[in-house]
Amino acid sequence: MRRRSWRGALLAVAFAVPAVAKAAPATGIGTRLTQADLAQVFAIPPDGRGLPAGQGGVVQGAAVYAQVCAACHGENLQGVKTIGAPALIGGRGTLTTKPLKTVESYWPYATTLFDYIKRAMPMNAPGSLTNDQVYAVCAYILSRAHIVPPDAVMDARTVPSVQMPNHAGFEPN
Amino acid sequence: MVETDRSEDPSCPCTNGMFTARPQRRRFLFAAGAATLAGAKTVSAATNAAPTVPPDPTRVPGRGTGEDGGYGSRSGFETARRVLGPVPNSLTTWTFTPLAEQVGNLTASGLHYERHHAGIPAIDPARHGLMVHGLVERPLRFSMADLKRLPLVTRRHFIECSGNTGGAYQRLPLKTVQVSHGLLSTSEWTGVPFAAVAREVGIVPHASWVLAEGADAAVMTRSIPMEKMMRDAVLAFGQNGEAIRPEQGYPLRLLLPGFEGNTNIKWLRRLQVSDKPFMTREETSKYTDLMANGIARQFVFTMEAKSVITFPSGEMRLPGPGYYEIGGLAWSGRGRVKSVQVSLDGGANWHNAALSEAPQPMCTVRFSLPWRWDGKPAELQSRCIDETGYVQPSHAALVAARGLNFYYHYNAIYPWNVAADGSVTHAAA
Repeated sequence: MRRRSWRGALLAVAFAVPAVAKAAPATGIGTRLTQADLAQVFAIPPDGRGLPAGQGGVVQGAAVYAQVCAACHGENLQGVKTIGAPALIGGRGTLTTKPLKTVESYWPYATTLFDYIKRAMPMNAPGSLTNDQVYAVCAYILSRAHIVPPDAVMDARTVPSVQMPNHAGFEPN
Repeated sequence: MVETDRSEDPSCPCTNGMFTARPQRRRFLFAAGAATLAGAKTVSAATNAAPTVPPDPTRVPGRGTGEDGGYGSRSGFETARRVLGPVPNSLTTWTFTPLAEQVGNLTASGLHYERHHAGIPAIDPARHGLMVHGLVERPLRFSMADLKRLPLVTRRHFIECSGNTGGAYQRLPLKTVQVSHGLLSTSEWTGVPFAAVAREVGIVPHASWVLAEGADAAVMTRSIPMEKMMRDAVLAFGQNGEAIRPEQGYPLRLLLPGFEGNTNIKWLRRLQVSDKPFMTREETSKYTDLMANGIARQFVFTMEAKSVITFPSGEMRLPGPGYYEIGGLAWSGRGRVKSVQVSLDGGANWHNAALSEAPQPMCTVRFSLPWRWDGKPAELQSRCIDETGYVQPSHAALVAARGLNFYYHYNAIYPWNVAADGSVTHAAA
């Protein structure tokens, strides 16, 4: 069970890291990365840094969902247990009883939804959706979860501002 | 040695000795998911037909050298294998290490447990590299050849999935030690300390987290505290004297000694230095621990002290009263195992077990206790005490502290009942 906070550990290292940072490279091994290299990769934190240009709304998202998502996650986003695809909506208010953990009931950040869909979905063709399609399917899922209105448009500005129902549901160990 | 020999009894799992190699392959039920009970699928493989042997191997020449193509394999009499968890598809899967059949402290590379989120990628090491960027002075790419020129370390560490034994919170029937504790394996790992790579890129002073990303189809990501990365993270390319197996991340994985398995990113291709965690899917919606009050603990990284008796263990049957060596594995993500105690009477009395070697930090160690079984029902338990003084808790104490909606990080004592007929079952079943 827990005995020490990671915050304490980070304090300890706060004095050690600058000494490393000031040092010159020890060996010179490695090749300088270019902006073109870095443009190939992404990871979207809660503040939305790195979200790409583009946008998508609920209607477009419903079409994308029906075409590439519904086969596994179900027509009504309820998940399909025999395939192993989890439910995406529902479960609010279940976390103290019989938890149903979904985007709606459990996920604390909408940025995570964008990042994960762009990164790893659909399972049979990860990375195949355009940025507009990812924004659109995020809008659709969040709309079906009653988190954003039916006319919501997701883009680099709106995704980080979505207030997720379980935003306050986590504490660092 | 024993008063009753049932080895000719075809109904006895001890037909091939006391171990359950064949019954484990043929059939056993277990549950690893939160709700589902399913029959285990065995990993499909060539059937192990018993090898042909001469009546007297001293009277005929043996097989020629080199017939193995230059890479040896185990005896055809050895049948231990991983078993596949109860999963609905072959891409997001896990397999269990056969701990009862493990000989020694290291897990054979081919028996190391697996957890894949989108299959096992095929990667050409000549094209694979590691990008290190973000809050650094010099963003760099390291080829595999580059990494191997940096200072190397070789260390023995366990990796344990944080879901190992997770079904035990709900008292699901994890009948064999393979399915109760087999998401645990130990290897000798070789690689470059992250600290050496950090020196090359120059970490900026306020950096406090590092995102690690894999090159599989899940493009798996986890955020790791910088303190851990600098202290003992290894960018590992070697496992037990050869290149890391594809199932363990070939050609490169992150090794975070003592941290939950999922953070040890396989097929490692990128490290992004940051001042905040990225809140990836795995560290928000998946590997978080829901408490009874509905709040989830996040960034629960360390695998706490734990142990399990692997002999005798579930679905074995002792042939009869007599002398046995109780044996098992103990480990702690906090450091070295200090001692292991074994109880023969359900926790009323405890005896210090022998350790087979000087324990290494964040590594398993084998323990043993000689036992003369009198043929009466017995409840065997083991508990690990690590160098911090932490004592492996009972199931009741663990559940009282965490509630029943926790799934990960189960590390309670796991008792086995030995019945008068010698059969062994999980004591809580």
